[in-house]
Amino acid sequence: MIGGKNSLYGPVNPTADAGYSADHPARKGFFTDTSICIGCKACEVACKEWNDVPATHFDMTATSYDNSHSLNANQWRHVAFIEQRKQLGAQDPGMRPPEVTDLPMPTMRPTDTAEAVADQADPTGDPGEKPDFRWLMSSDVCKHCTHAACLDVCPTGSLFRTEFGTVVVQDDICNGCGYCVPACPYGVIDRRKGPDGASNVGIAQKCTLCYDRLTVGETPACAKSCPTQSIQFGDVEELRERASARVAQLHQAGIMDARLYGNDPHDGVGGAGSMFLLLDEPEVYGFPPDPVVTTADLPHMFRRATAAAVTLLAGGALAFVGRRR
Amino acid sequence: MNEDPRDEQQTSAVIGSAGSRRPRRPGGRRRHGPGVESVVPEAEFSSYYGRPIVKPAPWEADIPAYLFTGGLAAGSALIAAGADLTGRRHLRRTGRLGALAALTFSGAALVHDLGKPSRFVNMLRVAKLTSPMSVGTWIITGYAPGAGLAGVAELLDMLPESRRPGLLGGLTRVTAFVDRPAGLWAALFGPPLAAYTAVLLSDTATPSWHAAYRELPFVFVGSAAAASAGLGLLGAPVSETLPVRRLAVGGALLELVAEQRMERSMGITVEPLHEGRAGRLMRASKLLTVAGGLGAALGGRSRVLAGLAGVALMAGSACTRFGVFEAGLASARDPKYTVVPQRERLEREGPVRYEQ
Repeated sequence: MIGGKNSLYGPVNPTADAGYSADHPARKGFFTDTSICIGCKACEVACKEWNDVPATHFDMTATSYDNSHSLNANQWRHVAFIEQRKQLGAQDPGMRPPEVTDLPMPTMRPTDTAEAVADQADPTGDPGEKPDFRWLMSSDVCKHCTHAACLDVCPTGSLFRTEFGTVVVQDDICNGCGYCVPACPYGVIDRRKGPDGASNVGIAQKCTLCYDRLTVGETPACAKSCPTQSIQFGDVEELRERASARVAQLHQAGIMDARLYGNDPHDGVGGAGSMFLLLDEPEVYGFPPDPVVTTADLPHMFRRATAAAVTLLAGGALAFVGRRR
Repeated sequence: MNEDPRDEQQTSAVIGSAGSRRPRRPGGRRRHGPGVESVVPEAEFSSYYGRPIVKPAPWEADIPAYLFTGGLAAGSALIAAGADLTGRRHLRRTGRLGALAALTFSGAALVHDLGKPSRFVNMLRVAKLTSPMSVGTWIITGYAPGAGLAGVAELLDMLPESRRPGLLGGLTRVTAFVDRPAGLWAALFGPPLAAYTAVLLSDTATPSWHAAYRELPFVFVGSAAAASAGLGLLGAPVSETLPVRRLAVGGALLELVAEQRMERSMGITVEPLHEGRAGRLMRASKLLTVAGGLGAALGGRSRVLAGLAGVALMAGSACTRFGVFEAGLASARDPKYTVVPQRERLEREGPVRYEQ
């Protein structure tokens, strides 16, 4: 994988860098526009159905309405639910701030006075002010990085770059060594622990960008099932343009918090195949703010290790020089 | 919409991080007097309900045990070769048998981690320079025949002449012929074997492992030298242990100094090295390494003291491996160690951009 000058870092065409000939298809990816995600989880379900990803837990996290916890071996799409004391643009989410959510006992509605009707219509008692509460929903997925740490550190060659520029695990070659798991700067890939009877237990698992569907010209299951087009699939080059246009549109509408994540080929992972439009800082969604692929430092690491090895060899030799006892 | 002054306040609010605050470590902050708090504020950061961002390695005790025995095997092969060339028979025997035992144990730990032996063989289907695990697999595959042959030669040599009839006798004559080249071969692979394990940990997104990448190889080779010299002190008579006494002192010093430098360069990701289980292990490691190094330097001429120093050095090396391992896992579990260093870098240098 150390082919070109930029193989460990910087903007490259990952497909060409992996050695595909010039007639490979365009790089494919996702653009997830979280500003129109409604948190329906159709993507999670479609992904599980199509890829036969087992269901593991149905428990709530007790922190939000998120019941699928994180991206992991059994969760290749994960919809995050973030509850914030913050206004959502010009939209009225129809929620009242928690501190005034005081549910009274059911009573008969007084209908005889105008005042009572007005009270009912505006429980905050502050006409014109928008509520101080918003939900951010975001469907997270493998980033299919240009410089994929999981792929680079895999000791068996089980992870490979497809002709679409995506990253896929081959179940029959994976050793289950687990090295890709800590290598991923986004915490995406994971070794499958269960449930009993599931296929590929002990094997690294993650989103394949529906490689099987791509090869027959189909759209990935999650994007196909998304009812709001929050998940858009297409050529990465084109998605980058679409994403920039959408951010500009939101900025014009006064939503200055809108920002892109993972779209820049000059960033720490050489640009991601999955880019996101976010409405807050990345870490609020559970993303690292500014990740750098670990292998960017690999040449430096090998130089330090070589120096250390030479030190040990020299030290061992010196210890035996001179007096007999 | 940002005209509302509350918006800015809300942007900087700590969202969902309440569960991930760590208690301050004692001595971690400067006190200016009774009741006066340090001016350095507690790191404030946002996260998704305090849940981890990067995933901790799914490894268990096998891996730090492998790191320790790999270092022990590496150093022992080096000592055995030195002892062989300088005619120290007992030290050679300790080194070769130690290398063989440590190699066997580390191989077993690796196979146990992977699940079955065929998976180790599967690693040999490719050689990848970008994967420290692949490089390490090839280093240990290169090391094993040399150390194995030298170890077996030593075992056969230990059998009394009368117990070596026929075939075994023939085999002994063959191994006695190739044991020195085999031992030197293993000694050549020893240093890379001791050093690559540091890259194995550092080449990950695990905050405390990656942040340590500059100094960790020196910590690990120092630790390997100290542990294997410790084994030499334990197994050989004092008349032959001068080289391992030197190596023990040098290894212990290198480990302690490199570890100190490492801690200074790690920023906030040093905290897991001081807290919880990892903190206890690292403190034990320092104490044992200092005690072992002093014992080797001052008491090495006494058989009992040399043995005690040897045990302390080996235990110290094991504590270092388990401590660094645990600290990395802890740093991955807390999103603070992923977010805060990246935020600090963003404030200092702006976003990371690749420039030609």
